[in-house]
Amino acid sequence: MKSTQCQVAIIGAGPGGLSIATELKKLGVDHVALLERESTAGGIPRHCGHSPFGMREFRRVLSGAEYTRRLTAQAEKAGVEIRLATTVTELGQCGELSLSTNEGRQQLKAERVVICSGAREKPRAARLVSGARPQAVMTTGALQSMIYLKQQRPCKRPVIIGSEMVAFSAFLSCRHAGMKPVAMIEAGPVVSWWRLAALLPRLLGTPVLTNTSLEAIEGKDKVRAVMLKRPSGELATIDCDGVIFTGQFIGESTLATMAGFAIDTVTNSPLVDAYGRCSNINYFASGNLRYPLKTAGQCWREGRDMASLVKASLDGKLPDRWAQTNA
Amino acid sequence: MPDDPSSDRIAGEEFDVVVIGSGVVGCAMARRFTLEGARVLVLEKAADILDGASKGNSAILHTGFDAEPGSLEQHCIQAGYEEYLQVKDELNLPVLESGALVVAWNAAEAEMLGGIVDKARANSVRDVQHLSSAQLLVKEPGLSKKAFAAVEVPREFVIDPWTTPYTYLLQAIENGATVKRDTAVIDADFAAGLWQIETNRGKITARTVINCAGLYGDLLEQKLLGQSAFEIRPRKGQFLVFDKSASRLIDSIILPVPNEITKGIVVCRTIFGNLLVGPTAEEQQSRDDASVDANTLQALHNKGVEIIPELANHSVTATYAGIRPATEFKDYCIQPYAEQNYISVGGIRSTGLTAALGIASHVFRLYQAMGNSHNQIDNFVVPDVLPLAESLERNWSKPGNGGIVCHCELVTRHEIEQALSGPLAANSLAGLKRRTRATMGRCQGFYCSAELSEMCANRLQIPLSEPLT
Repeated sequence: MKSTQCQVAIIGAGPGGLSIATELKKLGVDHVALLERESTAGGIPRHCGHSPFGMREFRRVLSGAEYTRRLTAQAEKAGVEIRLATTVTELGQCGELSLSTNEGRQQLKAERVVICSGAREKPRAARLVSGARPQAVMTTGALQSMIYLKQQRPCKRPVIIGSEMVAFSAFLSCRHAGMKPVAMIEAGPVVSWWRLAALLPRLLGTPVLTNTSLEAIEGKDKVRAVMLKRPSGELATIDCDGVIFTGQFIGESTLATMAGFAIDTVTNSPLVDAYGRCSNINYFASGNLRYPLKTAGQCWREGRDMASLVKASLDGKLPDRWAQTNA
Repeated sequence: MPDDPSSDRIAGEEFDVVVIGSGVVGCAMARRFTLEGARVLVLEKAADILDGASKGNSAILHTGFDAEPGSLEQHCIQAGYEEYLQVKDELNLPVLESGALVVAWNAAEAEMLGGIVDKARANSVRDVQHLSSAQLLVKEPGLSKKAFAAVEVPREFVIDPWTTPYTYLLQAIENGATVKRDTAVIDADFAAGLWQIETNRGKITARTVINCAGLYGDLLEQKLLGQSAFEIRPRKGQFLVFDKSASRLIDSIILPVPNEITKGIVVCRTIFGNLLVGPTAEEQQSRDDASVDANTLQALHNKGVEIIPELANHSVTATYAGIRPATEFKDYCIQPYAEQNYISVGGIRSTGLTAALGIASHVFRLYQAMGNSHNQIDNFVVPDVLPLAESLERNWSKPGNGGIVCHCELVTRHEIEQALSGPLAANSLAGLKRRTRATMGRCQGFYCSAELSEMCANRLQIPLSEPLT
């Protein structure tokens, strides 16, 4: 089994991971390995259809794809070793990472590790939704990666569940892909994001139904309809051919959980100290893994601060004792 | 497509045996009869194998400790159990040697444990033993302190519910059997020792019919014989699957004290490293409505937390339901009809996964008793199936895996390509999921759906996506 070493390994090449890696190189850290399980660096913004990205970093309005290309180019220029198609399967207690690549199992030993594995939306199963289990039931992440990375659409007339900001992003992606959402459903009394946002789908002919809950999904192989509970309490069936579950982001914390690090049972994120360290102080957590409601730009900025902390840790300037903060 | 009957030889060929239905029982049946030298045809009306009762079960390898002593079910479970352990290494199939605990939660249930021990011993499962609540909590610290007492059944194990029957059928195919999916029996006629079976894809001729049609077994029997000796009474079971972190909370299969209708709600690890809670037992009319219900799932969740309190802090990754082909009889309904060259294999419920190999051997003996004989295959082929179990070496750890596509379940490009090719190529998303576990992890396709839709383009009956135009 191939085994290599580095000073700092960063798990996840989204905006946060790219930022930390680039900054660490600028701070003079010799060998920084950025591990990305996808075959392209950039993370979620690669397939976010909406602008703007890059106001803070590049002082201009960029698409998500262009933004991540620029961040990746910066990291490469700074001398970061970016390893693509490399999945971390297990964290050891002293920074030993088990990896899987096309070459099979590998090991990487790092003095410090930063976990930047991001966040994902809560899927249908975890929401305990009633009904059949046909295909074309998905999250915004799946929808947008299909549309923007593969130029494919999974259905034509989906129902969008939720009204956080990401639900409107899903709506715009649908429109871009020639799909016409038949309704946007919000269980609460008002739209979760900016209230006036509801005007846009409404103007384009997609009703935004508040105080309305999803009762069941119908259809055998493909989605045929959804059953909704309207504010009056009566049930209504709406024909559709897909269901998009949006929002309710949770940290992608599995590696930390499986390694036995302390986890916040409410947010599913690793507990960290004032320096961003996990309960195993060889490991740091950053970005949406820690608080899954940040924009790409916020993760990028947090990454620059995090790099200084990791550097301080390498230089032996952080205390050995770990004390959880509520930050 | 490889199994389009119009394009090949089956129309003119005379088969020794036609197995109708490719659930776990049909798959094991095809394997046994093929290895015994019979020319076997398997018909499946669904687009894919394992599409009925076999797609949702609890994946336990039962000792038969709680079966009715002397019943056919008990006999087949024990024979199936033994044969599974004999063939598992050769077929590269896994076993999770978990053991089981039948847990009593109050004094009344504790009183019933003695009867369970007696029954186990009557079934030749002699290594069962009583555990006090203190012993129980030493063995399973994650269990609720409310546990009253238990019976330990050390040889109840967990296996892979999909790779197992898939491997049985693939072994049949590689040794000469033919499988036709999307092929439903429309009508059948028996004359001069031969069955003429009309399907939606042409006529088939065979000497003997074995009815392994599971949830549709009684309807098929009516079609073939004019009447059925049993009636299918579908019984739905819903399940919750917790994320892999939860599987560390217990080692053993946690069983309740059973009642007349059902073995009750089980909590156990899965061979894939998750934790399962279920099933419910709900009588229903429909033979194919495997929908889940939010309130029932919530109740299962509560039940799981009641049994293992720490489960409250772990997330659910999947929900599903299966339908058991129960009948008006408690025992299996396996019946030879020598006059008509027909054997019915009906009412095989949740024990079917364990019992399948035993059922197949039992049915083969019935078939021999009807006067049939063949020359056993001497050097049979062993199929090369990629294992999905955590305990075996997964493809992601080997060179040339093509990289990981489904990150939650560590499914490689090579595994997906393999599942989409060959004589049993997946032709639906559900079939691909069963063969690889792609999209079945915690993110449920958040990360891999796009890649999968590209890999599956033009290969599934219902496409995952269409190009933007």
